[in-house]
Order: sequence, then structure tokens, then C-alpha cells
Amino acid sequence: MAGNPLSPHLQIYRPQLTSGMSIMHRITGIALSVGTLVLLYWLVAAAQGMESYEAAQRCIGSLPMQLLLVGWTFAFYYHLCNGVRHLLWDTGWGFDLTTAYKTGYIAIGAAVTMTVLTWACVIAQGAAA
Amino acid sequence: MAEFKLPANSRITEGKTYGQVSGAKRAKTFQIYRWDPDSGENPRTDTYVIDLDKCGPMVLDAILYIKNEIDPTLTFRRSCREGICGSCAMNIDGTNTLACTKATTSVNGTVKIYPLPHMPVLKDLVPDLSHFYAQYASIKPWLQTKSPAPPDKERLQSVEDREKIDGLYECILCACCSTSCPSYWWNGERYLGPAVLLQAYRWLVDSRDEATGERLDELEDPFRLYRCHTIMNCAKTCPKGLNPAKAISEIKKMMVQRTL
Repeated sequence: MAGNPLSPHLQIYRPQLTSGMSIMHRITGIALSVGTLVLLYWLVAAAQGMESYEAAQRCIGSLPMQLLLVGWTFAFYYHLCNGVRHLLWDTGWGFDLTTAYKTGYIAIGAAVTMTVLTWACVIAQGAAA
Repeated sequence: MAEFKLPANSRITEGKTYGQVSGAKRAKTFQIYRWDPDSGENPRTDTYVIDLDKCGPMVLDAILYIKNEIDPTLTFRRSCREGICGSCAMNIDGTNTLACTKATTSVNGTVKIYPLPHMPVLKDLVPDLSHFYAQYASIKPWLQTKSPAPPDKERLQSVEDREKIDGLYECILCACCSTSCPSYWWNGERYLGPAVLLQAYRWLVDSRDEATGERLDELEDPFRLYRCHTIMNCAKTCPKGLNPAKAISEIKKMMVQRTL
């Protein structure tokens, strides 16, 4: 088979909600691992005292970091909601295509809604302070 | 390890365009993957324009028309032309299905046809399924018994037990599901894939089979069974409307239940 070509796969397969949500689950999982390091940095800075904490606040408060935080918030909620979907599958429930698509759309909708609500709260708090 | 790019010898080049049809009311363009083992060249996509009024309604009718009337070198498998043999499984319009049950008019624009994804190509739309069949053989797809057979009749099962293999026995092993599964693309050497696992479950759940424990032992492996990550492309693409993902989940449940 050495000389035979490999038929195209990712290059030609039409994107599916099913596989798209699956790879998103992995990507958000990896993003969350990286995000945990930032959380760790923030906690260590807080433990080290005022000066390092203020430096950390400045760093995390910068616009690019804030945008990343929005990303991580979505990653967190998406991974959570789709994780519940996986738990339901593990019980044997939700495999027929109609249900799988319904729960898929619900998970995406819920993740987006919770991200928006969380940041609405953050911004409202910031405005009040 | 997952290799996302195609190897150098597998990259697809632009091919020839055949036959402009004149005066056709229903002209349709087909873009078809070609690879000739004798040419030493890379695969290419050839373009054919045909008049749908001159051939039957299904994609299989169209490619048979191309083979008969335009380009006799076009190579593909087909047999029953009614969705029961599984020979004409291929990637049409981005998803895997049977050319004989896929209506040409269900595809908007150009009909793009490729062999089943991530398989060694023998010629044009013909993939090498040897490994897939070897994996099927590995699950021992036959009734295994220890008790002696009844002397005067077949091994019977109740109506309820018979119903447990509904949605499983209909599988025609066309390999559409396995070759739609990204996990099978990246780990197909060791992961059995949706079709073979659905077949494994068909024997696990058969009330007459007496090798359930041994069958589960064989599957209890990080790769053979547990590379299923519930991606669900299999159920989405199955031309027979079956649900391999569900069958695999039932096997995983049996694995847990037998340890309780």
C-alpha cells in the first residue's frame, strides 16, 4: 500500500455540528488548562503582597487580557454544558440524532448566554464601583 | 499520531474537463476524484457535465452514465443499486453515503465525489477495505455457543430478545460510518471504529450467544473500544439510519455493569 494515495479526509468532509462540537470540547479543555495558569499567577501574586498583586491586576486588567478572559469564560461554560451532555450520553441517553442536535444547540446557547450574563455583571459591577 | 495533512503523493491536482453538453435543460456538473495506479501521478479531480434528462435520478445512475457514455476509465464499486449491498459507499457532497440511494437533485451545485475518507486508494473511487474487513473478522461475527444445540429445532429466542438486535442487524458494512469518524481517521490501525463495534454489540446483545464475557474481554482495550469519543459523525452519516454511537455506548455500559 506504500505507493497508494490516502483518500482526502479533513480536506473534503463537510463540517458537522457533531464533530465540530466534539473538537470544540477539546479546544476549550486545553484553553482552560492554560487559563488555570493565569488564575494561579493571580493567586500567587495576591499571596506575595500588595505590590505584586497590583502588578497582576494591571496585567490582567489590560485590554488583551480582558478579551482573553471573555474567551476563557466562554470556554468554561461551553466545557461545562457540553460536559453535562457527555455525562448524559454516558448514561445511554440522548443518542438519537434529533436529541443529540437539540442538546448540542442547547449547550451552545447556554454557554453563550452565561458568558454574556457573567460579563454583563462584571461590567455593571465595574460601573458601580 | 494524527496527521492532518495529506501525504505528498496524495495531494489532489486539477484534472480534465469533459464534454460540454449543448441544449441540455438540466445540465449538472460532477467533480470526481481520480487516481490511476499505472500513471505514477498524483490524484486529480476530473469534471464532467451531463444532462440529467439522459440518466436516472441517483448519483449512481449519473456516474454509470459517465462511465458508459463519456469516460469508460472511471472506476467505482457498485452492485445492487438499491441500498442493500453497500458497495457504492463514497463521499458525496461532503458526507459519506451510498451513491445508489443519494438523489442527484439533493445536491446543490456541483456534485463533488471522493472515495471514502482516509483510506488507501486502489483506483479512483475504490478504497482498500482489507483492514476494515480484518477488524470485522477480529470480533468473531458469528454465533458462539457452549451449550449443545437442541436436537430437533433451531436455537430459539423470544420476541423481546429478537427485538434487541433491531437497529443492528440492518448494518450492511458499507464503511460509511467508520470512514466518517475522525477518531478512526487518526487511530484506525487500532481503534475498531463504529461499524465493527456496532457489529460487536449485535453479537453481545444476542440472547443466543454464549461468549459475552470473552467478547467483552477482547474489547476491553484503550484503543479497540475506548477511542470512541461520542463524536457522532457515524450516526449522522449512516445511509441506513442506524446509530453506531448508541451501540458503542451500550458496550461501554456492559463493561461497567459486569464489574458491579
